[in-house]
Amino acid sequence: MARLEIEIRLRLGDFDLRIDEAAELTGVTALLGPSGSGKRTLLRIIAGLERRASGHIHYAGEAWQQPTRHLPAWRRGATLLFQDVRLFPHLNVAGNLAYAAKRANPERPGPDQAEVVGALELEDLLERQAQSLSGGEAQRVAIGRALLARPRLLLMDEPLAALDLDRRARLLDQIAGLPARFGIPVLYVTHAIEEVARVADRTILMSHGRWTAQDETSVILERLDLPDFTGGGATGALLRATVAGQIPEFALTRLSIGSQQISVPAVTQAVGSEVRLRVRARDVALATRRPESTSIRNVLEARILSVDTENDSAYAEVLLDMDGHHLRARVTRASASELGLITGQPVFALVKSIALDGRPIAGEV
Amino acid sequence: MDLTPIWLTLRLATVTTVILLLVGTPLAWWLAHSRARLVPAVEALTALPLVLPPTVLGFYLLLLFNPQAGLGAFWLKLTGDTLSFSFSGLVIASLFYSLPFVVQPLQTAFQGQGRGAMEAAATLGARPLDAFISIASPLAARGFLTAAVLGFAHTVGEFGVVLMVGGNIPGRTQVISIAIYEQVETLDYAQAHQWSALLLAFSFLTLLLVYGLNRRAAPRVG
Repeated sequence: MARLEIEIRLRLGDFDLRIDEAAELTGVTALLGPSGSGKRTLLRIIAGLERRASGHIHYAGEAWQQPTRHLPAWRRGATLLFQDVRLFPHLNVAGNLAYAAKRANPERPGPDQAEVVGALELEDLLERQAQSLSGGEAQRVAIGRALLARPRLLLMDEPLAALDLDRRARLLDQIAGLPARFGIPVLYVTHAIEEVARVADRTILMSHGRWTAQDETSVILERLDLPDFTGGGATGALLRATVAGQIPEFALTRLSIGSQQISVPAVTQAVGSEVRLRVRARDVALATRRPESTSIRNVLEARILSVDTENDSAYAEVLLDMDGHHLRARVTRASASELGLITGQPVFALVKSIALDGRPIAGEV
Repeated sequence: MDLTPIWLTLRLATVTTVILLLVGTPLAWWLAHSRARLVPAVEALTALPLVLPPTVLGFYLLLLFNPQAGLGAFWLKLTGDTLSFSFSGLVIASLFYSLPFVVQPLQTAFQGQGRGAMEAAATLGARPLDAFISIASPLAARGFLTAAVLGFAHTVGEFGVVLMVGGNIPGRTQVISIAIYEQVETLDYAQAHQWSALLLAFSFLTLLLVYGLNRRAAPRVG
């Protein structure tokens, strides 16, 4: 864990970045915001690549920026993973990896080349020229190169933007495992809720050059105003579930959420492993009695924590509690009024669709 | 056949090219990446020799080399030799005259690679000079080659400035182009033919080398 303290100002035309906050960075921390919110600029300021910003930055007790002194990027030990990858085109993959390894601070602990090559499956790429790699391969090499620099902080700028869905999921798995495996905190810039749900332990919300909030990812993902930070998308909740067992005859997997169970189309994770589910509010319906004869299989007992009605719209957002697990439902105000939904009331949540580990699970469940 | 003018020309072109690469590289880097307001003015100054008649450049250099004052006097005191009508004076004149031919290809090469690779190198822990040598220079290899070849060839082909600043002293300032001029003046057409053909062939082969290498290198570095 390392403390990042930022007190920074940057004006560029109409854009005004002003942040005076601190965050404990551990595991993966997401920096979530719409485009134009300044998250990429902030990442560049932290890396030491944006000299026009004024103010202070301290990381793990070291002054990275002060009004009179700007610690140059190469001395910060903050490696930035660029959206456009930026492998060195005149070197092959092995050369790119060696470039970072040779310049790594030998006093800092870190993985060696064999570990990195193994973890990111780079063995077959080592002799390839940087330009001959596909988007996913190049980004994996870039992650390996970043790790070999033995950074104290790994900054990632939408590293999956150029990849197709399948590769995104695989690379997300690898990124999520980095902090635990190599002991390096990751600050992960994105505007995709699904990526945040999959990888981030904590999330910082950014808009208009300000930090709006920071909290546990599950808390942030329950916020009603989340669409404002993702340029669309939807409100919802993040559930941590455990794989309880397989139902091979129906190709389903049973998952435990607290004392209750749901079933989803079969997933490959081993029994006992934890998975993250993102459930959008509009995919949850409510009933005051346990419904019978319905195609929706996942009916969860819950208690209403709050009912937020939006005055100008037809909808109400209902926050539900299931033994500490939260779920969010979006129903019409008319339904909320007809069912007489009030705080503390027990209800049944009907879950229509679920995204698992950042991957949508198709169809009705 | 007296080969002295050839050796003198090659020496002049080599010394000039080496100095220009050393001076021109940081200048080109600055022009390519600086946001200073001074940049356009320095760019224009650098390009001046492309459009200025060599006589104008030569005239001002003669004033600068005047052994009675300024740089000329300082040089005389330092070395015991004048700058005008000397090899050193020719080198200085050539530095000005060939500057754009070295700086412009380098500047184009540095601009073409952008800041991306250098930023990546910095966040991986490379010091600026280290990153310049290990990343920016190899990426600008074609630019360096073009700059060196054009700077060398342009110095070889220099005439007006040399004549004004260096005169026509055999073994001291008489380069090939001046020697050909004298041969024509003295109606020694046979010798003029030989040397002119030599320069023609050299210039063509040089340009062929530049364009050929640029074409071959293009897919890899571009």
